[in-house]
Amino acid sequence: MNAIDVTGLVKRFGEKTVVDQVSMQVGEGEIVGFLGPNGSGKTTTIRIMCGLLTPDEGEGRVLGFDLRTESLKIKREVGYMTQKFSFYEDLTIAENLEFVARLYGLFPVRTHVRRTLDDLGLTTRRNQLAGTLSGGWKQRLALAACIMHHPKLLLLDEPTAGVDPKARRDFWDEIHQLARGGLTVLVSTHYMDEAERCHRISYISYGRMLTTGTVNEVIRNAGLTTFVVAGARLNEVAAALEGRPGVEQVAPFGATLHVVGSDAEALRHSLAEFDGREGITVTPGETSLEDVFIQFMADAKDNMG
Amino acid sequence: MKLSSTSMVFSWPRLAALLIKEFIQMRRDRITFAMMLGVPLMQLVLFGYAINNDPRGLPAALVALSNDHYTRAMVTALETTDYYRFGHVVESAAEAERLMASGAVSFVVTIPSDFARRVDRGDNPQILIEADATDPAVASGAISTLSTVASEALLREQGRQQVADEEARSRLEVIVHRRYNPELISQFNIVPGLLGVILQLTMVMMTSIALTRETERGTMENLLAMPASPLEIMLGKVLPYLVVGAVQVVVVLAASKLLFSVPFVGSLLLLLSAILVFVLALVLLGYTISTIARTQMQALQLTVFFFLPSILLSGFMFPYRGMPGWAQLLGELLPLTHFLRVIRAVMLKGAGLQSIAPEIVWLVGFVVFFAAIALARFRRTLD
Ligand SMILES: Nc1ncnc2c1ncn2[C@@H]1O[C@H](COP(=O)(O)OP(=O)(O)OP(=O)(O)O)[C@@H](O)[C@H]1O
Ligand SMILES: [Mg+2]
Repeated sequence: MNAIDVTGLVKRFGEKTVVDQVSMQVGEGEIVGFLGPNGSGKTTTIRIMCGLLTPDEGEGRVLGFDLRTESLKIKREVGYMTQKFSFYEDLTIAENLEFVARLYGLFPVRTHVRRTLDDLGLTTRRNQLAGTLSGGWKQRLALAACIMHHPKLLLLDEPTAGVDPKARRDFWDEIHQLARGGLTVLVSTHYMDEAERCHRISYISYGRMLTTGTVNEVIRNAGLTTFVVAGARLNEVAAALEGRPGVEQVAPFGATLHVVGSDAEALRHSLAEFDGREGITVTPGETSLEDVFIQFMADAKDNMG
Repeated sequence: MKLSSTSMVFSWPRLAALLIKEFIQMRRDRITFAMMLGVPLMQLVLFGYAINNDPRGLPAALVALSNDHYTRAMVTALETTDYYRFGHVVESAAEAERLMASGAVSFVVTIPSDFARRVDRGDNPQILIEADATDPAVASGAISTLSTVASEALLREQGRQQVADEEARSRLEVIVHRRYNPELISQFNIVPGLLGVILQLTMVMMTSIALTRETERGTMENLLAMPASPLEIMLGKVLPYLVVGAVQVVVVLAASKLLFSVPFVGSLLLLLSAILVFVLALVLLGYTISTIARTQMQALQLTVFFFLPSILLSGFMFPYRGMPGWAQLLGELLPLTHFLRVIRAVMLKGAGLQSIAPEIVWLVGFVVFFAAIALARFRRTLD
């Protein structure tokens, strides 16, 4: 049984269709990254899945429970971390965790809270008001709170926004460890390195699911060709390349330029005249996930007209 | 409904979680907390001492065109009623007119120059009292005492006490018993009413922002994503304010006894039970508002929308029976109306359960009605 199995979800706010025929299957124990530009409908889709919004169209089951009729059952088994911090800022860290523990019936409350505080390394700050925590710590508290009741499915909406690299790595280590134990995770993110840590990624754009698959599949299916340009005075080269046939992205990466296009022939042809000029070298490069996403976004803009 | 910890609809630990959270937040919010206890007391003292339906010692001007002993007797008699305080003695009607128009005096008493002569001759003596009746309530008490006071004073002054007594014996005697409040002390009516008004304002206001605050702060999304049922959320919001209401009730009742010596002849238990039902109705009304309003501002506006008719049509400010039928009907639809009848009946008249039963039925009706609307209106989703 899939942990998430939804088809044809549609959500409209007024005239605007924010989620448009979105289908998604996520197997048990899978970690799926949910990517897409700002305002593409990630949060809205996740809210539908945990019963916070009713879809205008579409059906689905989450953890085997019907999306429309069994949302209370879904809520018990799901850990949902909101994009915006939504615990009580006027409660202390410990009080927030106690609140969650009691709501999910985790007894004895003290033991659960103490363990969570220890794991977080927040034991010494347990009596600090949650509202006075720094942004990254708020995220970590929220994450700890939504894992506390051992959910079967985690829906994480940008859980690591503003979190430092060390904490982010700890977080992903923990996610993988939990997934090995059978936990399913759907996590939205804007970070490429996090996308690459997922078993699978889904990309949504303006409410439509554009692609889904492993990172390699997504890159391969995008059909992009990338060249790396190295040498001196790359600014001028970049300016000269802009708008040439086949050249769709020109992005500086350290001391090199990544030039990306979907028409390999045209791209190669455009680059040929620079190769060897004034000590400039052009070598074939690997297309990155970021290149693919930038391409998606550019295409989507074209669609929008 | 199954009441077990595994029930979807209700579980004690989940309710406990919500209650504890709410109490902690209440305690942290110092200003609101102070308001919950300070405001009732302040309002009670302020309005309890300030509001008076039967004002005394009103400023009056005397236009005395002669200064004989009859005139002096009249003035003394009027002053001993406590209603008149003669601060101005003027010579002309024009000057008196000016004083009245400017609001400096509420009454002008004119005693004509031929007053003494007419009294002595027994020729229908007259005095003129002009009252500023822009506020009818101010004038009515002062005027109603006049005729008897004046004629008795006159007879006494003429040395005809005997005649007066005899006349009194043969006169039709109308016996008036001012039951429950023989001295017509406004506070006895106002103070119990104030308890109702204070509860109406604070209870509805506090609970009306209970849910909208969660929505505005974004905590609603989290709350709804967790397994709390609508019933639990409602009780979790409403019960803490019931406790606050209970504290307010104790404060106000104690103060009304200590500060205003309002008599309490009925059963305290009966009154407290009635108050419980009333406060429950109020917090549920507030909660209903908070399921409708999108912002705390809207919630406050709706609270005021209910508050104004409640004080104006319930019989708190103005006599209920003085209102036209349709207004009385509207008044019946306000919890405060029924509560005022209950508290005045129990405190002042010592009414028992039997005589206030209809009002209690109304109040219970409000509780059921508001709870039903609130549960129906509650949005389990963010749509
Ligand atoms: N309650 C709402 N009413 C009206 N429009 C809404 C509502 N919630 C979201 N939207 C709109 O729906 C669109 C998708 O929003 P959503 O929050 O799902 O995007 P997102 O992919 O999570 O974006 P981000 O990466 O910035 O978090 C946006 O255009 C937003 O303005
Ligand atoms: Mg979002």
